[in-house]
Amino acid sequence: MPLELLGPGWSGPHWMLAAVFVPLSAALLSFLLPRLASPLGLIAATLTAVAALALTREVMAEGTTRTLLGGWATPLGILWRADGLSAALMAMTAIVGVMVSLYAAAYFRHEAHERAYFWPLWLMLWAALNALFLSADLFNLYVTLELLGFSAVSLTALGGGAAALNGAIRYLLVSVLGSLSYLLGVALVYHGCGSVDIGLVAACVPDAPRPAMQVALAAMIAGLLLKTALFPFHVWLPPAHGSAPAPVSAVLSALVVKASFYLVLRLWLDVLGGGDGDGGGRWVAELLGALGAAGVVWGSVLALRQERLKLLIAYSTVAQIGYLFLAFPLALTGDAVAWTGALYLALAHGLAKAAMFLCAGNLLRFGGHDRIAELDSAVHRLPLTLTAFALAGVSIMGLPPSGGFIGKWLLLKAAFEQERFLLATVILLGGALAAAYVFKVVGHAFTPAERERRVRSVPPDMEWSAIFLAVAAIVLGLTLPLISPLLQVGTASAASAAVTLMAEGYA
Amino acid sequence: MTQPVFWALVGMALVVMGLYALIVHAHLLRKVLALNVMSSGVFLVFIGLARRAPGEDAPLAADPVPQAMVLTGIVVAVAATGLALALIVRQRALTGRTTLNDDVGR
Repeated sequence: MPLELLGPGWSGPHWMLAAVFVPLSAALLSFLLPRLASPLGLIAATLTAVAALALTREVMAEGTTRTLLGGWATPLGILWRADGLSAALMAMTAIVGVMVSLYAAAYFRHEAHERAYFWPLWLMLWAALNALFLSADLFNLYVTLELLGFSAVSLTALGGGAAALNGAIRYLLVSVLGSLSYLLGVALVYHGCGSVDIGLVAACVPDAPRPAMQVALAAMIAGLLLKTALFPFHVWLPPAHGSAPAPVSAVLSALVVKASFYLVLRLWLDVLGGGDGDGGGRWVAELLGALGAAGVVWGSVLALRQERLKLLIAYSTVAQIGYLFLAFPLALTGDAVAWTGALYLALAHGLAKAAMFLCAGNLLRFGGHDRIAELDSAVHRLPLTLTAFALAGVSIMGLPPSGGFIGKWLLLKAAFEQERFLLATVILLGGALAAAYVFKVVGHAFTPAERERRVRSVPPDMEWSAIFLAVAAIVLGLTLPLISPLLQVGTASAASAAVTLMAEGYA
Repeated sequence: MTQPVFWALVGMALVVMGLYALIVHAHLLRKVLALNVMSSGVFLVFIGLARRAPGEDAPLAADPVPQAMVLTGIVVAVAATGLALALIVRQRALTGRTTLNDDVGR
């Protein structure tokens, strides 16, 4: 039975379609009209953000929104679903996306070649991200993952230098390997369940043949961990994120790694029901938590040791990804606080890390290099940029009142309540190390270098978009009552939602 | 051994061989070939195990859904190969090297 798509007024399904098809069509159009790429891209970015934020408002007011593409019902049709988790990530993507677009318009103003390729690839990436957050179908998710991966790899190579190409090739190999592992899992799931719709699969997993299902889900999650750059799968991330142009690094670190984390979370919560029920799930959760903890420590230590600013920020991403996985063991008791904490941290990291990479781009433009030791009193000449960096640093360290503080505080609360003192120590240690590497940068920015260098001016748009994102990361900490209803995940079951949907449209 | 299981095992063997080659070979072209062997293996598992009636030992009937999915997968694999080759050719033209840097992960 076809879903009513053309009802009066605009509603959730319309916003869902707009959030994907606006950037997708704009990507194609800006590829065909390279001269108009910048204005087209800016218009499309604004419209996409409006659609995503309107959808978020709709989800906050009405709850989970669904649409069946083309009116075909599952299991053959493809279901799109926006719940609190997808809406929150789409809203974060929208804010980062608009600011990065404004920044990129200024950053690529004098580089016609890069500009002509940046906009189609970036809009394609945004369309893939939104489609990924909306898809409730394992195979459709594979397609969006690949679209995301290819546009991200091409963006990494945008600069065209040897380091960027090498980083991009490594990224591509890892990304394809991760997707193949995921696809192998999808094949086994299809074998066991005869469907790839998340709701139908979740309903079938308990009755399906166990070894095949365990191998399937293990392959899918392993492939996604590779793409998320969880320790020890992180070695590809710093060269890729560190050698891309600044707006690209911001998008890769803030948004792209979150997409595969989101997918791990979807599988864990919606298909595996939070890992409860048997000993195997518990064991996997503890393993993920241990890898996350190792990532926090290892990523922070390596960040502290870097001499180049962009690599420092990239290793900081490895550490912050680790935090997200600490929620897996902490949520085993069925306590949703750990999930809310991890998601808050994911949102705050998205905003703050994008701000940091944009600041790094400003400093790189200003001094022609990003060697931390030679930042040369940048604070006097780029006060806005350094303010943005410090504010973003406050959120990364987890100091109040930032979004990062709320996330870490919720995780700490869960850790202390369950007397997991080792995890609590890791959370605090990661914050201290983050403070050390943020102050290392800020400290050098206050110190004059030994000799004068030639410097270039930085357009004000590039400074303002960085500071907007950094302030957003701080303000996020003050909007907990507004946002936390969106992040109550791990309580509602996708299976029951799918059953309702089938009763409505499929019978 | 039933036919689906046989094809699935052949597919898994291809995946494992591809993964091994991806790790041990340094030359990027060999890595790309290894990924192609791996993806063929995954496709074989997908097609080989697809049954019309899941969970039953019904006689094999062609299931068009996984075939359509694998077709999409093949398109993706071709695109990935093309992108990888373009990047490798470009890197070789710039630096003369056809391997990855070893100086990461410090």
